[in-house]
Amino acid sequence: MKLPREEIDAIAHLARLALTDDEADALCGELGAILAHVAALSEVDTTGVEPMTHAVPMDLRLRADEVEPSLPAELAVGAAPDRDGDYFRVPKVIDG
Amino acid sequence: MIDWTAADIARRVAARDVSAREVAQAHLDRVAAVDDRLGAFLRVDGDGALAQAGAVDAAIARGEDPGPLAGVPVGLKDVLVTAGVETTAASKILAGWVPPYDGTAVARLRAAGAVVLGKLNCDEFAMGSSTERSAFRPCRNPWNLDRVPGGSSGGSAAAVAARLCAASLGTDTGGSIRQPAALCGVVGLKPTYGRVSRYGVVAYASSLDQVGPLARTVEDAALVLEAIAGFDPRDATSIDAPVPRYRDATAAGAGGVEGLRFGVPDEYLAGDGLDPEVAAAVAAAVDRLAAAGARVERISLPHTRYALSAYYLIATAEASSNLARYDGVRYGLRVAAPGASLADMYCATRGAGFGPEVKRRIMLGTYVLRAGYYDQYYRKAQQVRALVKRDFDAAFSRVDVVVCPTSPTPAFALGEKTADPLQMYLADVFTLGCNLAGLPGISVPCGLSSGGLPIGLQMIAPPLAEPTLLRAAAGYERIAPFTARPPEVAP
Repeated sequence: MKLPREEIDAIAHLARLALTDDEADALCGELGAILAHVAALSEVDTTGVEPMTHAVPMDLRLRADEVEPSLPAELAVGAAPDRDGDYFRVPKVIDG
Repeated sequence: MIDWTAADIARRVAARDVSAREVAQAHLDRVAAVDDRLGAFLRVDGDGALAQAGAVDAAIARGEDPGPLAGVPVGLKDVLVTAGVETTAASKILAGWVPPYDGTAVARLRAAGAVVLGKLNCDEFAMGSSTERSAFRPCRNPWNLDRVPGGSSGGSAAAVAARLCAASLGTDTGGSIRQPAALCGVVGLKPTYGRVSRYGVVAYASSLDQVGPLARTVEDAALVLEAIAGFDPRDATSIDAPVPRYRDATAAGAGGVEGLRFGVPDEYLAGDGLDPEVAAAVAAAVDRLAAAGARVERISLPHTRYALSAYYLIATAEASSNLARYDGVRYGLRVAAPGASLADMYCATRGAGFGPEVKRRIMLGTYVLRAGYYDQYYRKAQQVRALVKRDFDAAFSRVDVVVCPTSPTPAFALGEKTADPLQMYLADVFTLGCNLAGLPGISVPCGLSSGGLPIGLQMIAPPLAEPTLLRAAAGYERIAPFTARPPEVAP
């Protein structure tokens, strides 16, 4: 099974992932083969089986509503590839 | 000194037979002597290690308790966030990132007196079974430098086997501690999901990832687990239960295997890909357990054949979500042409920063989660996951420990499986059921193949039954001590 190239391009767009032509072409076959392999799951009767979301039963916990020290701004933005003072700078989002 | 176990080092340092600085220096010298051939470390923090060791010595001189891991030199898989030391997850997208904080497991190791030598090689974002997928350089197996050390914690296993550090931390999402431990002839322990905090761990698949130790003895693994386990309010999935003294379960004469009930799953010994030498070594190990007074019976885990498919759907779906954070905005790489849009910057950054295996898994995860496919793939996989867990629950109503091979084969050659993703994924076929069910599992060495490569014996126990697991593994270790040393990096 091979996925159509258009489908790979559409998924790459959803994943915000630039692929070279070679990478995209290779993924048509590779993803197709993996999806063909996992199709075996359709043999399993899962009627009435609740999907498992957690390995160990746990209650949803909330922390106490108390103010705690946060990471200083200088450290938080210190590793940014581009910054303006205490802000992360990104390419312009809104025209005009 | 490099042959001492972690327990020996802690005892001798605390008793002032040797200084923590001397121990750290001996291991740093060893790294300098052999690691250019091995590739276990991505970064050595010599100054930091000697400073930590000096602090341990100073605490002892002041009469303070230096902690249970006093002066023990450790290495950390490069997905564990370390304050002031570059952390990359072996990916170009994080190259140069120096975190401002320590992850919880790292902070607890330091608090216990351990000395961090540096960051260990792994598959990029912990995605792989061979440590060939590191963006920087492959790691090699110290038993044969043409072979892989396993993955994704290959650096963590190779470093311990080659005596570069006494113990290390890895992470295990589908077998990434136990499989490299088996291929390198060391002990690797994946704790119960939630037993060790994941705060400060670069996330791959959050419902499966777990931090754990690699060491040369079961006692050392217990010692390290005891230091890092326990509730952490910063991790919402952390288990709020007391941490037992795991060392008690491994202490000499503590129970042995007599009376323990071991279950051997039929499905794990029937696979086509199981190497006959691995099958024979595991069968011999089971016979030894029986001869030592354990009860052994055949069990069935009928959904085993579907676990691999369920695992890859769940892991890649979670990965595609977790890796969305690498967008070139807050840290790491940014690639953007002048005048490019924000979306173009995301695409270009991620396209340039991620390697082929990471891209493949993001693409698969995005595919299975997209509108209209969720029920067919992700939901179905989570249902099968529930059935895999039920299989284990049923087994544990009859036995204390499941015992089986860790890896279907001994270490394979570099490049042997990289061209075929499905073949590579099969390297985890015996380990990932344990992750799907959230169980603790351990791999202990159980012999060498005719080619001189280590073979691992895997044991799996119910949730939070680490004491039983450690007792079983230490019991086996006493019956069949593994004393061989990796020849390619000798002495």
